[in-house]
Amino acid sequence: METVAKPRDDETPGGVDVAETLDTVQSATVDRDDRQTVGDITVEQPRMCCRDVNVYYGDKHAIKSVSLDIGTNEVIAMIGPSGCGKSTFLRCLNRMNDTIPTCRVEGEITMDGEDIYSKKLDVVLLRARVGMVFQKPNPFPKSIYENVAFGPRIHGLARGKTDLDEIVETSLKRAGLWDEVKDRMDQPGTGLSGGQQQRLCIARAIAVSPEVILMDEPCSALDPIATAVIEELIDELRAQYSIAIVTHSMQQAARVSQRTAYFHLGDLIEVGDTDQVFTTPRHQLTEDYITGRFG
Amino acid sequence: MKDQQQAMELVRASLARRYAAERRFRVAGLTAILLGLTFVSFLFVSIIANGHPAFWQTVIQLEVKFDSQFLDPTGERSPDVLSAADYGGLVKQTLREMFPDVSGRRDKRELYGLVSTGAAYQLRNMVMSEPALVGSTKKVWVPADDDVDMLMKGHLSREAPEAERRLSDKQVAWIDDLIGMGQLEKRFNTTFFTAGDSREPELAGIWGAAVGSFFTLVVTLCLSFPVGVAAAVYLEEFAPQNRWTDLIEVNINNLAAVPSIVFGLLGLAVFLNFFALPRSAPVVGGLVLTLMTLPTIIIASRAALKSVPPSIREAALGIGSSKVQMVVHHVLPLALPGMLTGTIIGMAQALGETAPLLMIGMVAFIVDIPGSAFDPSTVLPVQIYLWADSPERAFVEKTSAAIMVLLSFLIVMNAFAIMLRKRFERRW
Repeated sequence: METVAKPRDDETPGGVDVAETLDTVQSATVDRDDRQTVGDITVEQPRMCCRDVNVYYGDKHAIKSVSLDIGTNEVIAMIGPSGCGKSTFLRCLNRMNDTIPTCRVEGEITMDGEDIYSKKLDVVLLRARVGMVFQKPNPFPKSIYENVAFGPRIHGLARGKTDLDEIVETSLKRAGLWDEVKDRMDQPGTGLSGGQQQRLCIARAIAVSPEVILMDEPCSALDPIATAVIEELIDELRAQYSIAIVTHSMQQAARVSQRTAYFHLGDLIEVGDTDQVFTTPRHQLTEDYITGRFG
Repeated sequence: MKDQQQAMELVRASLARRYAAERRFRVAGLTAILLGLTFVSFLFVSIIANGHPAFWQTVIQLEVKFDSQFLDPTGERSPDVLSAADYGGLVKQTLREMFPDVSGRRDKRELYGLVSTGAAYQLRNMVMSEPALVGSTKKVWVPADDDVDMLMKGHLSREAPEAERRLSDKQVAWIDDLIGMGQLEKRFNTTFFTAGDSREPELAGIWGAAVGSFFTLVVTLCLSFPVGVAAAVYLEEFAPQNRWTDLIEVNINNLAAVPSIVFGLLGLAVFLNFFALPRSAPVVGGLVLTLMTLPTIIIASRAALKSVPPSIREAALGIGSSKVQMVVHHVLPLALPGMLTGTIIGMAQALGETAPLLMIGMVAFIVDIPGSAFDPSTVLPVQIYLWADSPERAFVEKTSAAIMVLLSFLIVMNAFAIMLRKRFERRW
């Protein structure tokens, strides 16, 4: 994972050198007008499978026929320029888009073979299986303990107080927050630093034992040190959960993920192993993006 | 392009104008605030100046001989006989003994006029609660008539010609005699805070109206808070966004602007005529005021719900709580201070409301203190309206005093609302 895209600053868009470089690789890559997904969208052990997913906000076609698998115990990064639909796609996976009245989702998304948009499926159950961490840390304005205990409590996961205490402790330990907060469990979660708050949100998500964790730009509001801590945590969590992460930082995608999906204006342009996508992108748009031509 | 030198000159020239505009704006704002404060302080000063004497009442000391021959000739001391005895006659007899040289029917009537008719009831109550008094002699302070009270408070001029005065020269002389003997003085007016309404100003009190207001507000609060909050939560969190909910929203906003007397007419037609609920009862007043305060509470509650950040809702939904759990555990606790503030402001409005209550008969003259929400009663603002309408001079100060009581209730309620907001204010 040592290969990372060249830092953006090195590039001079429209410069003579770049144009020449692009011309030479042009033949190897798919043309930029072709919006067919390049790369293998499937994995050997899929946890969730999306086929021909279309999302509309009113008249706006936000996601165009996207198919993608999310594998077991892998981190898949979704990258792309702002407004490309990567967050929208992520929110389809636990039906958070249901809360937006104008939003319409078409296509098939299955989890362990079950259609998550079928009428029979309980959305509450789905969200217990597919946890989510949001862009801005959003702990409840309650104590640290209550933040983590809320999920297990409403789902009836704990038998009694000691059981609940144990769940809270394990979750906080897994989120790497236990040592920092164990002496002040009754203090408000909103009083923690930004990075701690985000780890508290991760602890809150894993307290209900989900199978998949969705992360919507979890580090965009954090400083580099807090980001590094969270990235390390994501790598550790992979052993137990499938993780889909949306990120603006290509370096982050390269560091934490095994597979990378590049979105562009609602199209899924390219999917592949992270190493491959960042070193030898096969689509012209992917290459333009990771080399910093736009973004 | 101007060169920098030129640009700086232009900026400097415009500065003076900008500062002048700012000064003008500040002066205008300050003037507005001072004007408002002046009017408010004028209101308070005039009401307090008018009303504070009502908290004092002139009383006369009588040395009453509870003559057993007069009160209970048979000597059986039964409550029936004691309660039916002529206590008015006893008061008159006492007065005659105090001023033995008064003779003639006219003079006697003037003498009796010094003491309030309430004195007889006071003596009767004393005897009824303590029958052993019969046969003994006791000094008793009884309320003076309102005209005597007005003279003592300086509202009745001694210099005016006798024909234009409500007290004759003789009566004024007797009053001076009583003052000389130390048998007439001003005391704190407990009657005002413990009695119901009365035709006699010296016997009239605010307690009946206060209790009526209390029952009315309890009914209003018990109905409008749960209904208002439930409606707001449903509209804000659960209802789909469509033409029906838009229509409902427009109508709620319209209801908030409907003149209150219309709600009174509605109450008259629906609650009294159709459902045959008791007339003049706080329960009906509460129902009518509920209709009136509901829009206020719903609008305030919806604003409070809207101010809860969506990230909290997403967080709750994201870990799989149902919508009800999201609302009950996270949204409601955060919105509650705003809801309570809106409710208390709505209650304060309801406390000061008069017009709709006139329509459902709460304007009746009611002496008894209501014992429940189903007893006929009146409320504070209506009591003020009734007293302001009375011809006796003594009711002028009672009116202002009642306004003071009402205003202090309103101030307490609003202070409570502010305190709640401060206390539960949260940052996230």
